[in-house]
Amino acid sequence: MRFDYDTSYLDAKRLLRYPAQKLAYAALAILLLAAPWLLPKYYVGELTYLFIMAIASLGLMVLSGYTGQVSLGHAAFLAVGAYAHAWLLSQGAPWLLSIALATAISALVGLLLGLPAIRVSGLYLAMVTLAFAILIEHVLGRWKSVTGGFNGLPVGDPVILGANLSGLKSFYFLALISLVLTVAVLINLMRGKTGRAFVGVRDSEAAAASLGIWVAGYKVLAFVISAAVCGFAGALLAHHVRHITPEGFNLLLSLELVLMVTIGGLGSLRGAILGAFLIGMVPALISQIKPLLGDRIAKQFGLEIFFFGLILAIFVLFEPKGLNGRWLKVKAFFDTFPLYRKDVFRRGKTYMKSERYR
Amino acid sequence: MNAGTRSTPQAGNAAGAGLQVRQLALRFGGVHAIRDISFDVAPGEIFAIIGPNGAGKTSVFNVITRVFDPSAGSVSFDGVDITRIARHRVVTHGIARTFQNIELFEGATVLDNLMLGCHRFAEESFLGQCLWSKAVRQSQARLRAHVEEVIDLLDLAPHRNSLITGLPYGVRKVVELARALATKPRLLLLDEPASGLNPEETQDLAFWIDDIRSDLGITVVMVEHDMSLVSEVADRVLCMNLGEALSSGTPRQVQSDPKVIAAYLGGDSE
Repeated sequence: MRFDYDTSYLDAKRLLRYPAQKLAYAALAILLLAAPWLLPKYYVGELTYLFIMAIASLGLMVLSGYTGQVSLGHAAFLAVGAYAHAWLLSQGAPWLLSIALATAISALVGLLLGLPAIRVSGLYLAMVTLAFAILIEHVLGRWKSVTGGFNGLPVGDPVILGANLSGLKSFYFLALISLVLTVAVLINLMRGKTGRAFVGVRDSEAAAASLGIWVAGYKVLAFVISAAVCGFAGALLAHHVRHITPEGFNLLLSLELVLMVTIGGLGSLRGAILGAFLIGMVPALISQIKPLLGDRIAKQFGLEIFFFGLILAIFVLFEPKGLNGRWLKVKAFFDTFPLYRKDVFRRGKTYMKSERYR
Repeated sequence: MNAGTRSTPQAGNAAGAGLQVRQLALRFGGVHAIRDISFDVAPGEIFAIIGPNGAGKTSVFNVITRVFDPSAGSVSFDGVDITRIARHRVVTHGIARTFQNIELFEGATVLDNLMLGCHRFAEESFLGQCLWSKAVRQSQARLRAHVEEVIDLLDLAPHRNSLITGLPYGVRKVVELARALATKPRLLLLDEPASGLNPEETQDLAFWIDDIRSDLGITVVMVEHDMSLVSEVADRVLCMNLGEALSSGTPRQVQSDPKVIAAYLGGDSE
């Protein structure tokens, strides 16, 4: 059994409260730092890709998980970040300036989408974001003078202060540091006033407004933060793929991001990362098990989408709270051992909730 | 007269003039939710609005808290005209409310719900939040101290870290009241605070409402169907029917008014 024994008002907000937690995260840090030397090259590249997808997934989590705004078009923000970064690098901008500007441009696009999009919600918002993604994909395909059209755009090496970080190991660490920084900033934002207001807007707009929260303003802010983080991820992804094309940021990528946050567990940053790892690994896993499936299945087109669908169905049926929900249950089991009660996590009755103030 | 009260609040009663509702009307197309309602609530008063279903009681609250734009009339509080201010600015004028069908933030803990009640007092810059700066930590500790006072007042300590989804209905009602109190209001609008509560919880609520008025000096306006609660705590009562004021006065006066009895039971009021 473990009891929370707070001795100050900020105890509950501390990130690493118990020795066990500190040990676990230290072990994780050591593993991640040693991974490039322990794993075969192929897996180091895969892990780098997963880090970048985790950043993108965190970006969508702020919007969908915390603020409750659906988006089926987040690949567009990755595309904006990637293209802006690649173009700025080709114009000779230093790497740090280029990635900062790419993030800012993506944030600006998020603002431009957010301003009209907050007027609608639910299914209609999904349609607006979807249309936006298709629009961006076409703009990138046609605006040949800047984007190179459907032939794509080559991406320069990441050179930070004279050091070329395009090598496998150095780019791995660049992605890892980027992920850690993103997580740190988002954790802080989500435990501050902004994160609380996001959750307020998600759970009851009527109540949020009555408490002095500017609902429209916070919704737009969520769009901006989300777009900025995804643009940042897009810029890193551009280095990972080395040559970006509009098809690289299609609807499937948007759907993958939605799957990541849903399967990870809406409303949790940990979930965004776990979801990104699970969904991001699917294509690699499929190619691993293909030889075992036999020719007739292995050669089928769209095996990935089938597996995405299967995983989503399994989670919706058996663990609607996602990977994070499962994690919390396992944690509660050990925290309250031997007094764990399964029903603690039973979904409560939902009382009548009014929709008329919306 | 309407224009006069709106544009020139007298300096003398600018502070503590209470709530003044003047010739308020609210129409949705041909439906008159409110027709020409006027009433005053003095500072420190407990004022109840009663009436049959569909009388327009909640609509009055929704106009005061700017969910709806009134078709005519004005609302002012403590000498300030609030008829056309932005919805999220209402609370900065010292007005807090609860909802008829509980509107809590269900995915958050009781503590976070109450912290959100203090949202307008949070002095946290965006950059400061990103870096979890000392100023942000101090601001949060300050808000938490205030929240703890409310938790003490309403006996919510056992539920402090519970998620709303796991709480029984009666406790949710109290959490919603606590969240409204966390905004440090001068006027509290309670929309059916006792609906769904058992007699014991209703009795607790009666004591709390009285405490809120006497100890915290907050003016209370409530919409309520439970007449025993109304007659126990309310100083004055307004009875509405079909968007119009039928009768007002002390609970006893209103309850014995033939027009009120006719509105509830049917029959000839003339």
